[in-house]
Amino acid sequence: MRREPGGQPYVVLLPPGRLNLPRAREIWEAREILYRFGVRDVVLRYRQTAVGIAWVVLQPLVTAGIFAIVFGRVAGLSSGDVPYFLFAFAGTIAWTVFAGVLTRAAPSLVANQALVSKVFFPRVVVPLSANLSVLIDFGVSLVLFGVLLAVNDVNPGWAVLSLPLWTLCALALGSGAGLAASAVMVKYRDVSYALPWLVQVLMYATPVAYALDAVPAGLSLWFDANPLTWLMECFRWALLGTAPPPLWQVVGLLVTSVVAVLAGLLVFQRREREFADVI
Amino acid sequence: MTESAITARNLSKSYRIARSGRSHDRLTEALVARAKHPFHRQEFETLAALSDVTFDIPWGEAVGIVGRNGAGKSTLLKILTRITAPSGGRVELGGRVGSLLEVGTGFHPELTGRENVYLNGSLLGMSRREIRRRFDDIVDFSGVARFLETPVKRFSSGMYVRLAFSVAAHLETEILAIDEVLAVGDAEFQRRSLDKMRDVAKDGRTVLYVSHQLQTVTALCTSAMFLDEGRLITSGSVESVMDAYRDSFQTFRARQLDPERRPGSGQIRLQEVTTTEIREPTDDTVVAFKVGVNPEIVGKYFVSCHVRDDTGLLVAQCDSRLVGLWLDPSEPRQGVLRIKDLWLRPGQYTIDMYLCQAGVFDEWRAAAAFEVLPHIPYPELVTDEGLFGAVLCDFDYEAW
Repeated sequence: MRREPGGQPYVVLLPPGRLNLPRAREIWEAREILYRFGVRDVVLRYRQTAVGIAWVVLQPLVTAGIFAIVFGRVAGLSSGDVPYFLFAFAGTIAWTVFAGVLTRAAPSLVANQALVSKVFFPRVVVPLSANLSVLIDFGVSLVLFGVLLAVNDVNPGWAVLSLPLWTLCALALGSGAGLAASAVMVKYRDVSYALPWLVQVLMYATPVAYALDAVPAGLSLWFDANPLTWLMECFRWALLGTAPPPLWQVVGLLVTSVVAVLAGLLVFQRREREFADVI
Repeated sequence: MTESAITARNLSKSYRIARSGRSHDRLTEALVARAKHPFHRQEFETLAALSDVTFDIPWGEAVGIVGRNGAGKSTLLKILTRITAPSGGRVELGGRVGSLLEVGTGFHPELTGRENVYLNGSLLGMSRREIRRRFDDIVDFSGVARFLETPVKRFSSGMYVRLAFSVAAHLETEILAIDEVLAVGDAEFQRRSLDKMRDVAKDGRTVLYVSHQLQTVTALCTSAMFLDEGRLITSGSVESVMDAYRDSFQTFRARQLDPERRPGSGQIRLQEVTTTEIREPTDDTVVAFKVGVNPEIVGKYFVSCHVRDDTGLLVAQCDSRLVGLWLDPSEPRQGVLRIKDLWLRPGQYTIDMYLCQAGVFDEWRAAAAFEVLPHIPYPELVTDEGLFGAVLCDFDYEAW
């Protein structure tokens, strides 16, 4: 049994203040919950499904295929030196990391209502646990992508080493937005209707299925201002060896990622203490 | 180590309830309302669930928290287990708090028994090493070792409850909070669970047990607190608190004992109403009564008996007109009412007796009280959500 030395109470409960940051030690102690939630999501997704892991392979493959047909063939857009299919696939992988975390994190608190109103643990682990299953999907897609690269004889070069950093950025952007969305959804269920639509709109507003070069000059300012555009550029550089993104985009992406996580946490923690009463 | 396991000072919790109209569940509604009345501030009524509660609980104590429904017991437990935040005051906890608020919260039907033990254990605050170390104990205690690799959705409800309880019972937190969970389970499992809880307190840890079943509180706890309407009325030894708790029923009952203070015309009064004070859910409810005499009353009168639970819900009304009983006021009478085939839920009940003719002669609220023991008279076990009815009943299913 562990007790605090020196007569210090283990924890003091006070009415919630304005800034209500979680205690680092508690989050660290809750890492097991984070892991178990993640495992639960992964297990549940593939148990009692006929083709199991094939879903993870099939989804980006078909999406990239459709993009290649619609944007490459029908619209006749250029994808530079790489085959359009690979180009769209790289974009889809990157987008799926961001959107996957966001769309899985957002409804997580409401889906775990019983837990939130009956057991105490740092609530942040619920939305954050979405990262695990998304990472596993990402890993599977990446292997598939590697095979496709080899088949098409495309070599991304050393740039591929920067991939973990961009993945982290995608997770951070998704988590930040997901944290905020999940907290707001506890009170306002509108989020569950608005979010899928919003994500779809964002996807078309971001050069996922087309190149930034294809954007008309008059609109490029808008596209340049979108952090997700920077994410796509960084990802494509790492995955396909296309032209490296300008430095300002890289710095912007890193800063935005950190800010997104902090802002998401702030929104989340401000509402955290009332979850059990409102949900 | 802190001196007390739990120190609470001026603890209060209030809920805000929107007064004008309703609160907005949709973002759009909230925005529209704000646009219509930009300077209008939503008016709220505050409902005090707990007010100004102060207490110290030393280590190694098993504390029963008693009180009627709505007294603030569950709110207090929710604050101490950190599910909800206090709105005022301060609590110092000397260690981790584990909660057994509802058995099986966090169990997922699709996961196997083993997976659920790990998931549930971590949710309740155990580290992976702790769970691994206690895993065999948990499984042994539950008695479902053979089904560990089966998804719990295929478990019988009894197995489910036993496994869930076992996980929680093996928590090694310094403070353990329990809310009525011991009411589930068969007699044997209940006995083992009670033993387990006693061991926890013997280890020098602290147990908080919320119940309105006086029997289990007496059996398990070393001290108690009595809450009423969000206030701490008294705390101390189990006996003294139980007395205070019973007295709160009794003060009211004592006042009613004096016929002069009871409503009704008073032309004729009940003299005595008695019933068996402790009983099983399936027992008949037997109420004996004595009535005085008044030869001046013309015609006969009838008796009506109301059985109410501790929330004031009228569970049964037995009007003697329905069975053709009329009494003659010209001589003193006594009688017995026997309610058959009414299975009462465990808890506290009171009996109201009425003497009436055209008007009411005597209205004796809480003329007698009894407790139904916390036994569930069914062959299988389920969690509370399988027992929501106002009463229990003798039923069976046939299917083809």
